[in-house]
Amino acid sequence: MNKVLHNPLALIGFVIIAGILFLALIAPLIAPYDPDAINVKAILLSPSANHLMGTDGLGRDVFTRMLYGSRISLMVGFVAVGIATAIGIILGAIAGFYRGWVDTVIMRVVDVMLSIPTFFLILAVIAFLTPSIWNIMIVIGLTSWMGVTRLVRAEFLSLRNREFVLAAQALGAKDARLIFTHLLPNSLTPIIVSSILGIASAVLVESGLSFLGLGVQAPQASWGNILTDGKEYIQFAWWLSLFPGLAILITVLGYNLFGDGLRDAYNPRTSQH
Amino acid sequence: MLKYLLKRFFWMIPLIIGISLISFLIMHLAPGDITTSEASFNPKASEESRQKLRELYSLDKPVIVQYGLWVKRMATLDFGTSFASHQRPVFWQTKDKDGNITLGMIQEALPITLLINVLSLILIIAVALPLGVISALKQNQLADRGITLFVFISFAIPGFWLALMLMYWTGVQHAWLPISGLESMGHEHLTWFYRTIDTLKHLVLPVFISGLTGLAGISLFVRNGMLEVLHQDYITTARAKGLKENRVVYGHALRNALLPLITIFGLSIPGLIGGSVIAESIFAIPGMGKLFYDAVLMRDFPVIMGILTIGSVLTLIGNLLADLSYAWADPRVRRGVMQ
Repeated sequence: MNKVLHNPLALIGFVIIAGILFLALIAPLIAPYDPDAINVKAILLSPSANHLMGTDGLGRDVFTRMLYGSRISLMVGFVAVGIATAIGIILGAIAGFYRGWVDTVIMRVVDVMLSIPTFFLILAVIAFLTPSIWNIMIVIGLTSWMGVTRLVRAEFLSLRNREFVLAAQALGAKDARLIFTHLLPNSLTPIIVSSILGIASAVLVESGLSFLGLGVQAPQASWGNILTDGKEYIQFAWWLSLFPGLAILITVLGYNLFGDGLRDAYNPRTSQH
Repeated sequence: MLKYLLKRFFWMIPLIIGISLISFLIMHLAPGDITTSEASFNPKASEESRQKLRELYSLDKPVIVQYGLWVKRMATLDFGTSFASHQRPVFWQTKDKDGNITLGMIQEALPITLLINVLSLILIIAVALPLGVISALKQNQLADRGITLFVFISFAIPGFWLALMLMYWTGVQHAWLPISGLESMGHEHLTWFYRTIDTLKHLVLPVFISGLTGLAGISLFVRNGMLEVLHQDYITTARAKGLKENRVVYGHALRNALLPLITIFGLSIPGLIGGSVIAESIFAIPGMGKLFYDAVLMRDFPVIMGILTIGSVLTLIGNLLADLSYAWADPRVRRGVMQ
């Protein structure tokens, strides 16, 4: 961790992540208005001391909605990545530990999933279900586990025949014990890196879906659907489009910088250069 | 080479079976059957259209028979007719008994999306290669830092937001570029030269938006590839025997650093095709992405299933072409050394 925080870019990433998480957690305490309160006397006001980021077409305070939107966007990111990582660890561990035909089957499923354009897959599933925040999380999770699976499998394959694993096995350790106390802890760093980078891409996918009207549904605020409103008013109210876009950009940048810094710090090959 | 080709070709069969299973699974995701979800989302869905849906996918037959029929549809690329667009065929044109031809929806949309993707790939190659090489040669200097910053921002920027901003800035504020569709008013009265110019102007923003993430990825990839190759022994040898630096960089290093790029291009195809949804729906370009988006909004299931399948088949073909070019470019692969 020390090494990571000495990398200036990773440090910036960490500060961004922590800052936005903190704002999302304390949103109800610092939000100046009710996120859904419609106010016909305050429609499309430009940013001012009263409304830091202006108001939208229904007179709702954009700053408040951005704060509440951050909760939704981050929650989708975390839960989706949680699902993807859980599936990835389980399948990758099975494939890498047992090898043989199980491995072949799992890897073929990964290949199949990778050959269907992900965004099409996500949209197709949503077309058959209802777009809701829970469905979005599950769908993003179920369509993004392939990278983690490959990663865990590769780690397991390379660790499987190392002395400490063979020694534990010789001492009579059961498969589950080998997997959970020896192999998994030693594969943790790349899994964490890929989860952090995964959150970045899940936030992007969620905002894209919400922007298209197929993600988080109004009146619940998410950065993506605030932007959809912004699109309607782009000629009169630049603030409606600018702030949510910047928020997504900065958040994704934060996770990418931190994830990359973490990878570099623990990867002897790249930290040599 | 022939052996490799055959092997590679047969390897696609399990993938196609897998794709047919997953798409079949998606069709049966909806609670109840898809006809009930059709009704709950689209109040206009009449009993008649639900009956059509039932017939199209033979929903009254046992699951295994339904799957067999779905595979048959996939194999013959017959995805039925659209619910939303006046019974137009989903994939390819049909002729009615009077000899009138109705063009297929994918048939019309696919060339547009392919054109945008080919132009994006050209843009990516033209910009990302020099950026990556410069970045690697000037490692940790100002140019490298600047390019890395650009790469990070391109990865993080939401494409639809950038599209919106550029559309507003270049289209609405300054009227430099048209903001939607592929043709201006009066397009058909222009000579072919001005017609091409007109269409190209419409394509500037969509191509830029759909190429940007790939551009960032490829330049990062070229940079890292070059850095790795430049540390290899044969580069030291090339330098030691007194070759000019240019010769070392472009003749020895770049050629080897570029090899894996072929695979990366193959892998980026699903992203490009999937990414077309956002660019095309924002700029109202009648390609596969917009067609798919409209179909999702209207719950036009035959079109959704058709595009999902065609998109996956295109990805498989792209990967196949990438692997074959790799084998063609790298003798180690086609002789099976690097399997």
